[in-house]
Amino acid sequence: MTTSILFSGFGGQGILFSGKAMAKSAMYEGKQVSWLPSYGPEMRGGAANCSVIISDEEIGAPIISNPDVLVAMNLPSYDKFEPTVKADGLMIVDSSLVNKKSERDDIKVCYIPATALASENGIDGMANVIVLGQILKLTGMFDYDTFLSYLLKGIPESKAALIEKNKKALKLGYDF
Amino acid sequence: MSNKVLMKGTEAIAQAAIECGCKYYFGYPITPQTELSEYMAKKLPKVGGLCLQAESEVAAINMTLGAAAAGTRVITSSSSPGISLKSEGISYMAGCDLPCVIVNVQRGGPGLGGIQPSQQDYYQATRGVGHGDLRLLVLAPSSVQEMAQLTVEAFDMADIYRMPAMILADGALGQMMEPVDFDSIPRRDIPEKPWAACGHNNERKKNIVNSLYIDPQVLENVVDERYKRYDVIEETEARCEEYLCEDADIVLVSFGITARICKTAIKAAREEGIKVGLIRPITLWPFPKKNIAAIAENAKVFLSVEMSKGQMIDDVRLAVNGKAPVHFYGRTGGMIPTPEAVLENIKKLAEEINA
Repeated sequence: MTTSILFSGFGGQGILFSGKAMAKSAMYEGKQVSWLPSYGPEMRGGAANCSVIISDEEIGAPIISNPDVLVAMNLPSYDKFEPTVKADGLMIVDSSLVNKKSERDDIKVCYIPATALASENGIDGMANVIVLGQILKLTGMFDYDTFLSYLLKGIPESKAALIEKNKKALKLGYDF
Repeated sequence: MSNKVLMKGTEAIAQAAIECGCKYYFGYPITPQTELSEYMAKKLPKVGGLCLQAESEVAAINMTLGAAAAGTRVITSSSSPGISLKSEGISYMAGCDLPCVIVNVQRGGPGLGGIQPSQQDYYQATRGVGHGDLRLLVLAPSSVQEMAQLTVEAFDMADIYRMPAMILADGALGQMMEPVDFDSIPRRDIPEKPWAACGHNNERKKNIVNSLYIDPQVLENVVDERYKRYDVIEETEARCEEYLCEDADIVLVSFGITARICKTAIKAAREEGIKVGLIRPITLWPFPKKNIAAIAENAKVFLSVEMSKGQMIDDVRLAVNGKAPVHFYGRTGGMIPTPEAVLENIKKLAEEINA
């Protein structure tokens, strides 16, 4: 069993972090994983994406042409990658920033206003973790509590304030 | 829970170097490998080592030469244009019989080119990394685990054969993260370095590390002696992975990240009943020509897949030695071949051999 997930959006949204959280969690569960970022001169505001592959077998190409799961957190990413999602695949769209609806009937699409949810709940900048919560709910790839413990493990003591924010965000996404 | 660590390829090289006793890093930043310097800057001072950002690549390679001449383990890293700048120093190190590890995380060229992954420096690494009759050990990792493992092996081989070794990676391998297990990396017995110029306290004769020989007969003798070592390496150190080659009509030859793209394409082709396999050279010099020659006895056609306009294909042709046609597919300039495109090329060849 191999699952490919493409996280896309703009720099500063935590796209690469989301991918890393997913890849690390899968590694802790003994899976083969790869995490490949787009890299370029862009920093905050530029296009960012990362390809995460989780598998029971050795991973061949770490590049994803047709993802099983697409996370699109801005319009340019949505426009670019929406057509590439594998048939029967899943697409999660941050509907706060993408005002389009997919016309594809061969994929499952979830619209979640992640950026607005983060803002309304006083956790600006945590839209990426809200989306992770929604992925857990829709795919069942990880047990919720186990994933949360993996997620919190990555937070250094110097940033302890982030623990509550991450907990809150993951739950918001999961319960949406 | 496993003991593996999720790391970037560049970081895995740096950590592997530290784990096998390398305490000196000299470099100059360039995308896509600057994380290697960054990691060294953070970690080396903690183990009593030194990470120094030199004023240029030329300075960095000559500092590397100095540290190697003193008998310590030392590493330097750069990306394609930076390796060109280092080439004079690399030739001097080969001429001085000095071990070191040089990392090239390749990007598109020529010139400043771009910053995306490439394998365009194959000729440079295996043929022309500096002037003179010289060779480098060239290792081509294909995963982040191998970035770590081959770094340790490069240090060991460099010390055993007293010559520079190169890790020839690319931007994708440098930037991607995969789990790494450092405990499983094999180690070799390493010789002492009685030749090192590290201070003699008047207790022994002084050592001189040098690459200048004015008398041509003396220089020829020195080069001949060095080539005896090169012969041993060609005889014993060539390595490759053979993947599904036993019954293969079509054999792909590909290294590094491109080999993994080929594996994905091969799996898909096998599902359609096409008998296709892969030879993945792990050492580019010495090139695994014996393995390729043996497989050429039964294979009907070869396909060299590279992120270049076709460089390794020359070595594949030499190894196949006319026993089968050798075709090429590649992308260049920082474009990465897709598994779908490789699969199409496999299918085309399958049709040709069935026609």
